[in-house]
Amino acid sequence: MGGRKLLMRVWHTAFVLWAVITILFLMFRLMPGTPLDAYLDSSLTPEEQEQILAQFGLDQPLWKQYLIYWANLFQGNLGKSFHYRQDVFWLLMAAFPNTLALTMFSLIIAYVFGVLAGAFLAWKRGTWIEGIGIPIVLTSRAAPEFWLGMVFLAMFSFSLGWFPSGGANSPGAEFPSELSRMLSADFFRHLALPALTLALYLQGLPLLLMRSNMLEVMQEDFVTMARMKGLSEWSIVMRHAARNALLPVATAFALGIGSSVGGNVVVETVFSWPGLGRLLVSAVSAADYPVAQGAFLLIAVVQVVMNLVADILYAVLDPRVTHTAHG
Amino acid sequence: MASAIRDGGGASGGRTARSERPGIGARIAATLRLPRNDPFAIAGLTIYLVFVLVALFADLIATHDPGQILFAANGRLARNLPPSSTFFLGTTHAGRDIFSQLVYGTRSALLVGVTAAAIVVTIGTLVGLVSGYFGGRIDAILMRLADIAIGLPFLPFVIVLAAFLGPSVSNVIIGMALLLWPNTARVIRSQVLTVRERAYIEAARVTGSPTRRILFVHVLPNILPLSFLYASIAVGWAILTEASISFLGFGSSDTVSWGHMLQEAYVSQALSRGQYNWFGPPGLCIVLVVVAGFFISRGYEELLFPRLRE
Repeated sequence: MGGRKLLMRVWHTAFVLWAVITILFLMFRLMPGTPLDAYLDSSLTPEEQEQILAQFGLDQPLWKQYLIYWANLFQGNLGKSFHYRQDVFWLLMAAFPNTLALTMFSLIIAYVFGVLAGAFLAWKRGTWIEGIGIPIVLTSRAAPEFWLGMVFLAMFSFSLGWFPSGGANSPGAEFPSELSRMLSADFFRHLALPALTLALYLQGLPLLLMRSNMLEVMQEDFVTMARMKGLSEWSIVMRHAARNALLPVATAFALGIGSSVGGNVVVETVFSWPGLGRLLVSAVSAADYPVAQGAFLLIAVVQVVMNLVADILYAVLDPRVTHTAHG
Repeated sequence: MASAIRDGGGASGGRTARSERPGIGARIAATLRLPRNDPFAIAGLTIYLVFVLVALFADLIATHDPGQILFAANGRLARNLPPSSTFFLGTTHAGRDIFSQLVYGTRSALLVGVTAAAIVVTIGTLVGLVSGYFGGRIDAILMRLADIAIGLPFLPFVIVLAAFLGPSVSNVIIGMALLLWPNTARVIRSQVLTVRERAYIEAARVTGSPTRRILFVHVLPNILPLSFLYASIAVGWAILTEASISFLGFGSSDTVSWGHMLQEAYVSQALSRGQYNWFGPPGLCIVLVVVAGFFISRGYEELLFPRLRE
């Protein structure tokens, strides 16, 4: 990707980011059911209400509110939670690592398995293994994540007692730091079941991608060339075909990070996983608008940025792609 | 070539051109006929057919009123009963018949699925058609809109929308319609880009055929099969989404749906009681409908990626 095209892409991303944040602003100000005093908690004293009204400029005309909204955003000021009585910023910072851990863990499992199984299925094209493999993969992609989670919970947690039934840590467990909490065995024991559920749901995409890429690459001239040179089938598959087939999978991985952070909503709810998605759902249910807006914002930013990363990755990894202005 | 030019001149030319370009109906029929010998497509279509029949005849198939709270002979609430000959799949925590809920759930699932898929694919097809055919500024604007829709996280958006506009099926469908059209639009757009370079389209343009006619009579029939394909996948997607939203508690609570059944089971702790007869079947039904869409689209895989046939 040339410098100009890269710049164009970044510019598009900035535009999308601006549009998404503006849509969010309008949604939370103008929608029925979210009155102007969405930021106001009825239990606050009149003085406190006045103070918040002024701070967020809710007594101002809409265009002024919009400017104040951006000014607050740049200072990381997302308001205070009605429910938790804390800055939204810190609530998000507490939830984000949990979501990130869940996403990365399940994506890595899903993509390692998917790539290997996809290459294997491509190799076995036309055999009975493909005959049963493909329907199984398609079925696994069709299963609702939250339902898979429920079945796993019933089997492995309630019935067999192998895994805890929810949360990210045992109640009462204390850790000297955030890092030591996330590296503890306790954390991984809680992470296992939701991560496996998510991985099972996610593995279908890399698997099918890898398979179809492999089938395509195996027909390319350079593979025929390698065959003519008398290279072994294994060497052709691993050194030539797989390397080229991996490119789109890498792009899908980056896209997967973005969409999973938002898509984890249901899995996090089923497993009471204290991440962004669950924070969003409980905030929306409890009409805790500042938290809902903040969580939505962070999820959207991650998704938009990862879309850009995926685009760049695709262009960098695959020199054949000529990047047009349409991206 | 000559017939194509004549076709562009007036409506009467349509018949002459048929040998070269079959009509919309014939073209779709030909596309749909092809995968009939593909076991995947047959399985997918069969699953769809069964669910459609169940939805149509739900009143006859259901053994109870899905909303009715049932009592046992001794006057006690018929709660959490195991499957039996009276209650094929047992009863819920509130004493309702699970089998009947499942049957009626088919109706609302298909309604949501088909409506949402039709809207999403129609918007996507129109945007792709206009964007691809006209190009230039219109294309740029529409594709930036698509970027924005793709940038908004889907489930969170639908949740917030449902929370603000009130939990209902139509609000879930609105959410899907607003965000899911870009995928179809992009595919259709790239298809239109190749179609519009074809000689007969060029000929129609040169002979002064009105743009609307070129778009809907000449270009659209070429891309409709692709739209139908996307619709078949979108049905499953829509049902999956509606179920997720209902499960999270933002769906309509007065209609019986599979997602709502699952939410009720989850909330009333059917998991710890191991009531697989309750939370198993709705999930399996969702899997079946979604996989049917996948199977149909896979049946057309050779159509979409012809190189694989070699």
